[in-house]
Amino acid sequence: MLFPAESTIRIKSIMSNDSTPLLKVRGLSKQFGSVQALSDVSFELRAGEIHSLLGENGAGKSTTIKCITGVHRPETGTVELNGQLIAPRSPREAELIGIGTVYQEVNLLPNLTVLENIVLGRVKTNAFGKIDWKDARNRAKSALSKLEMDIDLDATLSTLPVAMQQLVALARALEVDSKVLILDEPTASLDEAEVENLFRVMNLLRDKGIGIVFITHFLDQVFRMSDRMTVLRNGRYIATRDAKELSKQDLLQDMLGKAFEEMQSRAGELDAIAADRAGRKVQLEVRGLGAPGMIDSVDLELREGEVVGLAGLLGSGRTECARLIFGVDKATTGTVDLKDKRVKQGVPSESIRDGIMLASEDRKAEGIFPNLTVRENIVIALQSRRGPMNPVPREEQDALAKKYIAAMRIKTSGPEAKISELSGGNQQKVLLARWLAAEPKVLILDEPTRGIDIGARAEIEKLIESLSEDGLSMIMISSEMDEEVRCCHRVLVLRDRKVIGELQGSAITESAIVRKIADHE
Amino acid sequence: MSKAAESTVSKKSLRDNPLIWPLAGLALVIAFNLVTGPEFFSVSVRDGHLYGNLVDIFSQGARVMLLALGMTLVIATGGVDLSVGAVMAIGGALAATFVTQMGYGLYVALPITLIIVGTLGFFNGAMVVFGKIQPIIATLILMVAGRGVALLITDSDVVKIQDPAFLYLGKGYILGIPFSLWLVAVIFLVMAVSIRKTALGLLIEAVGDNEHASRFSGIEAGRLKLIVYAVCGALAGLAGVLDAASVSAADPMRVGELKELDAIFAVVIGGTALTGGRFLLFGSILGAILLQALTLTLYNAGVSAAVAPVPKAIVIVGVCLLQSERFRKQITNITKFGGKAS
Repeated sequence: MLFPAESTIRIKSIMSNDSTPLLKVRGLSKQFGSVQALSDVSFELRAGEIHSLLGENGAGKSTTIKCITGVHRPETGTVELNGQLIAPRSPREAELIGIGTVYQEVNLLPNLTVLENIVLGRVKTNAFGKIDWKDARNRAKSALSKLEMDIDLDATLSTLPVAMQQLVALARALEVDSKVLILDEPTASLDEAEVENLFRVMNLLRDKGIGIVFITHFLDQVFRMSDRMTVLRNGRYIATRDAKELSKQDLLQDMLGKAFEEMQSRAGELDAIAADRAGRKVQLEVRGLGAPGMIDSVDLELREGEVVGLAGLLGSGRTECARLIFGVDKATTGTVDLKDKRVKQGVPSESIRDGIMLASEDRKAEGIFPNLTVRENIVIALQSRRGPMNPVPREEQDALAKKYIAAMRIKTSGPEAKISELSGGNQQKVLLARWLAAEPKVLILDEPTRGIDIGARAEIEKLIESLSEDGLSMIMISSEMDEEVRCCHRVLVLRDRKVIGELQGSAITESAIVRKIADHE
Repeated sequence: MSKAAESTVSKKSLRDNPLIWPLAGLALVIAFNLVTGPEFFSVSVRDGHLYGNLVDIFSQGARVMLLALGMTLVIATGGVDLSVGAVMAIGGALAATFVTQMGYGLYVALPITLIIVGTLGFFNGAMVVFGKIQPIIATLILMVAGRGVALLITDSDVVKIQDPAFLYLGKGYILGIPFSLWLVAVIFLVMAVSIRKTALGLLIEAVGDNEHASRFSGIEAGRLKLIVYAVCGALAGLAGVLDAASVSAADPMRVGELKELDAIFAVVIGGTALTGGRFLLFGSILGAILLQALTLTLYNAGVSAAVAPVPKAIVIVGVCLLQSERFRKQITNITKFGGKAS
């Protein structure tokens, strides 16, 4: 019963290619509070195709997926799989009928092992209910081998980096032999080699007749991988097109509904700005900061209004460096000075009081307070900076919320909406607003645009630029080098938990960064 | 146009107001009593004091209200305090021993007692914060050991209390209303003001909602938890003192038995989720009143003490289910599609 007549369905789906679609979504509508997240969204997925679902933040991509996989119940609309109406009541039920999903943010159980996460809910048991671990292990192994990944099956999930966790989530989806595989931002936290590996697997699965729904904000990947693409905007269906017939410009037109000249690189101008910043007063001085297993002795001078990037592959120590400076992890050596004030090590509340703040890469675990309102999520850091006995007056809170919702164009039904009702990109904007409201002197941005669409990404990049003009010093970490190239005045290149080089101004290019990483032995 | 918008907003906020469900439960209990025996509501005046079931509900509920107030804060941080029943026993035993056997006046004995039980609560918090022990286990230790401590204090005896000032705590009246109620009202107001007029409430909610994120936001979760557990311990001890005063004796074996569960029930019925985060002090007070009203109603209806927990449990489960947005949606879906389907 677990895999109902699987082989016959597989054959049927291949035969039915182009005639009946594998997955047919018609007229989905969904409302959250007073926000209409989806209205009348339709698309078809054929067997053996990679179909991209595209759109800005809040366009309704994730909501569409969640309606298909039973996380949300759509108010209207139908979903058909192989011509049969389906209405899974949970992602697990969707999995069992052949719709596997890997979400944007890893949705696994951190305290269980890799093995348990892959096979959870699908283990075979004997008559007494004893789990057949041998079988489970074999299945998990073969699922991982499809990814050509060598991950220790007995490692606790939370000990792995986010990128690895995502691969485990993918292995879990592959393990059920899904007919439909939904990948929601699977490449957001992978490095290049891992992305290539994933693409190889995706092509393999496509050739086997599996239909893949692919959601990503990387347009190059979209054009490279997809057969067709469907664009959503503001919760509405805009168009479905063949990838071959479509130019990047047309696609952006569909997605944004406006031109995109602002997205062009500004590397040339940066030289003058970088020189200007290099002449200013030192805002933050880091000397010999390090901790075993995290990063070796880092030196860093950050000047007023300067944006310094930390570049390097995943695991090079970028995030660890940020966490040590902020103090959420404790350094064993070194010092952090803000102007002439020594910052106490390993106490984030002290760092915030002194004006050093970290916008973490892990929005869900280390960022949002899901049940608090947008307003409360915005004022919370300012509040803890002022201390519990000195409350931020309600009028000031309302004014701050209003100001940032307007300034950052946060899509919400109002300041009193729960933040968990917002889309991922809008949650990220709220978090940025939280740090800005607390008036930082040094703001560390770890993957500020992760999981965010092109439109909002341009807005955030523009915001970084104007904050820098206002004199805010920033440290920026991004997996997308082009972003660091556009935003940073100076880039420190890290490898194997060490700083191995530095680039400034127009010398910052993707190829220069890659060369530094590759050449260093 | 704006009027229409307003009415939908108020309609929504009414349904989403978590206080509505304990109030509904209370209405149900009142309705039941109106039908079965309206004399339940009769309030008479004797010696200038109010008497009757309604007064009893409040005066006997006072102890659970105190426990529930402290418990609300602990639960809001994502914890729970199982030791409050045992701390009640310690509080009663300490105060009674100080006054009766050591001859201290109440004005000395009471503050010392509160400081000691507050410190016990602080130790609970320390185990959670510094020992990183799960709250349910950390407080279980004192729950089990506390009663033994109380027995040690009284030398395994029931301590009889004759001190008039002490007895006044449990039996006194001001303007015809029991003193214990005045005390609860004052404590509730002080807590509500000191929590909602400062940022403590918001910070506690943030810690309970996502403790990990609270660290990144610079909130000192550890400090807040220590305060909250200490307050919970102090209030539990005070409840023990009231209990001893109302029966003129401190019985370390029986006082506060299973009261931790009543307190947790009151908090949950009052709309504070056990998972932490958002909390409602007034909701917990309502929850405590509902519990007490139920108990008295059942006694009045002649239900034996052994069977009484069953209907009590049914009402509690009902209120908790109604609080779940998901459950309410399912119910409305069933009623909506009931006609269409099949």
